[in-house]
Amino acid sequence: MSEITTTSSSSPDASSPEIAVKAHHLYKAFGRRPHEMVKKIAAGASRSDVAHLGIAAVIDASFEVKKGEIFVVMGLSGSGKSTLIRMLNGLWDTTSGTVTVGGTDVTGISAKDLRDVRRKSISMVFQHFALLPHRTVIDNVAYGLEIQGMGRTERLARAQTIIDLVGLSGWADSMPSELSGGMQQRVGLGRALAADTDVLLMDEAFSALDPLIRREMQEQLIELQEALGKTIIFITHDLNEAMFLGDRIAVMRDGRIVQIGTPEEILTDPANDYVAQFVQDVDRARVLTATSVMEPVRAVVTKTAGPRAALRTMRDLQTSVVFVLNRDRSFAGIVRDHDVLKMVKAGDTDLRTIIRHDATTVSPDTALVDLVEPSVGSDLPIAVVDARNRLLGVIPRVTLLAAIGNVTTSTGELPVIDPPATISVNVITDILRDTEMPRDTALEGAEA
Amino acid sequence: MNDFRIPLGTWIETFIEWITVTFGFVFDFIRLIVDGAFEGVAFVLVAPPFYVIIAIAAAIGLAARGWKFAVGTVIGLGLILGVDQWDNAMATLALVLVASIIAIAVSIPLGILAAKSSLASQIIRPVLDFLQTMPAFVYLVPALILFRVGEVPGIVATIIFAMAPGVRLTELGIRGVDKEVVEAGQAFGASPWRILRQIQLPLATPTIMAGINQVIMLSLSMVVIAGMVGAGALGGEIVASLSRLDVALGFEAGFAVVILAIFLDRVTAALGNGDTPIGRVLNARKASRSAAQPTSAPAPALV
Repeated sequence: MSEITTTSSSSPDASSPEIAVKAHHLYKAFGRRPHEMVKKIAAGASRSDVAHLGIAAVIDASFEVKKGEIFVVMGLSGSGKSTLIRMLNGLWDTTSGTVTVGGTDVTGISAKDLRDVRRKSISMVFQHFALLPHRTVIDNVAYGLEIQGMGRTERLARAQTIIDLVGLSGWADSMPSELSGGMQQRVGLGRALAADTDVLLMDEAFSALDPLIRREMQEQLIELQEALGKTIIFITHDLNEAMFLGDRIAVMRDGRIVQIGTPEEILTDPANDYVAQFVQDVDRARVLTATSVMEPVRAVVTKTAGPRAALRTMRDLQTSVVFVLNRDRSFAGIVRDHDVLKMVKAGDTDLRTIIRHDATTVSPDTALVDLVEPSVGSDLPIAVVDARNRLLGVIPRVTLLAAIGNVTTSTGELPVIDPPATISVNVITDILRDTEMPRDTALEGAEA
Repeated sequence: MNDFRIPLGTWIETFIEWITVTFGFVFDFIRLIVDGAFEGVAFVLVAPPFYVIIAIAAAIGLAARGWKFAVGTVIGLGLILGVDQWDNAMATLALVLVASIIAIAVSIPLGILAAKSSLASQIIRPVLDFLQTMPAFVYLVPALILFRVGEVPGIVATIIFAMAPGVRLTELGIRGVDKEVVEAGQAFGASPWRILRQIQLPLATPTIMAGINQVIMLSLSMVVIAGMVGAGALGGEIVASLSRLDVALGFEAGFAVVILAIFLDRVTAALGNGDTPIGRVLNARKASRSAAQPTSAPAPALV
């Protein structure tokens, strides 16, 4: 029974246990002489060079999928993604190259061993659901368990819990034809989940659904994945779906994988013009996170630096707000120019009394779409802080707009500093001079 | 060119003779089996009084299509009785049943084989073309030589003639099953046999039933022709009416064939599309077998 699991844990040389699925230089060619085609392509021929021999569906695909990851293969129709996924569970054999599932090489094993792998290690969700139309929902969900040889009572009990999990309670005894598309695909998903394999292949699983249902299913899939920790390989032609679901994305074109990376890497650093052109229509606000757009913090002082230092920073950077840090570099709050000015005039020195806490702080992985509302609500830049509350960067409104619109800011490479100064430079300089202390004079002189 | 002739017919004749001599015991055995089957079925149909058979036929009609068809069945069979063709009709029915059952038993496995293997399909297809286009009378000659006069050569010729659509439609039905559903079976690790049994055959059933329907219809048309080799029954009457130019007898026997044909066709067609009183009862049983579901309310009443 545990043939596969043993192999994966006892053969560290084959692959590290974190790798759930590994594809190694996969080729798939359809035609009369597929091996000859592969040889020619490996020697440098292009897909069209060998078109007279047949179709090279997948060319030299290599990737590793980590355990618990959602790995999305994205490409237009004809890019070979469906062929690729079908080689992972041996529905189609490879022309060349190897596939490893949970440490077991599934290429070139006997039909019986392959069935064993499919029963225990890798299940699949299909584009058009592929339910058994003559069976009830619960019998469909229990199908994988039935093939695994589980008794009827036990498998129906298991199937019932899965039906509840995917939100189909009360439909167990309906026929698939009585269900809407979204519900049918829940059955398909339930069937794959019930089989309780580590790896789930999803072939355009949501492509046949209405946009609203699709979004709902995507969100539910992520919830389920977080709860169950499955490794999911998801095929799609929809870039927004890929960006939303994928921990990592492989972009395919003409049978080749042209780039593998996180959604942000693909969006901010496309490997070539094709990918760049492809990603230009993506909903950037949902994919990009605070880290990838934030500006370095320039207008910053430590809490102990005193109001004069804060005021000078404001004057030099032409801004009306500076960020204040604690001694351990954690984010304390902001001070505004009027408050600092008043304090300097009054001769006070403790910045802490005028620190405001109305700046919004967000974590580095917050999506840009979630930054829009705080940006609208306040003229302050949004502060990006890590788990230990250290200030990593700031996002002024201009930066946010530029990132969503995929344009560069007017300042070019220089950081944007917001909000602009409200008190003129001369006023600040005068006040600093009027209130200066001997030590300050020395510094001012040195700077000048 | 004048005297040259390919002796194809002679070759086949020699071949048949050789078979008759060498495998005579095989054909005697087949003759014994088929004859026994026919006699048995014919006895079951002829022995009971006609009203029992009519009642059973009406019940089948009711179950398959409803009360209108049951009434039509009674009227039709009554007409056969009225023209005094009852015994002949029952003998014909027995011929058709035996021939179709054997033809179906052979053609469905062949169809499955053709669907599973392209090689088998490539071999079987031209053979079927040959069987279907060869004039039906031609089968009678070797059948007569191999099995001697009587019902058996008629039944064997009928089987060969009627088999083709059973094979073709079984293959078509299985190949036509949604590829993704078959892939789903494979992806969850089902064996080919299991996929055949649980996915391909159930989903191909409507097409296969259409094939069975065609087999039965062709059997019926062939058993009439088989009357020429002594298969008797309605075919015998029709052949006799032909030789005597007896229009009255010919049409009476002919009507009997038509009535049997309509009955068999409608019953098997109804079984094929599944929307029958029997089908509904079966579905209701299926629904109520799993846990109670409010939508299956009528089920307990029927089961």
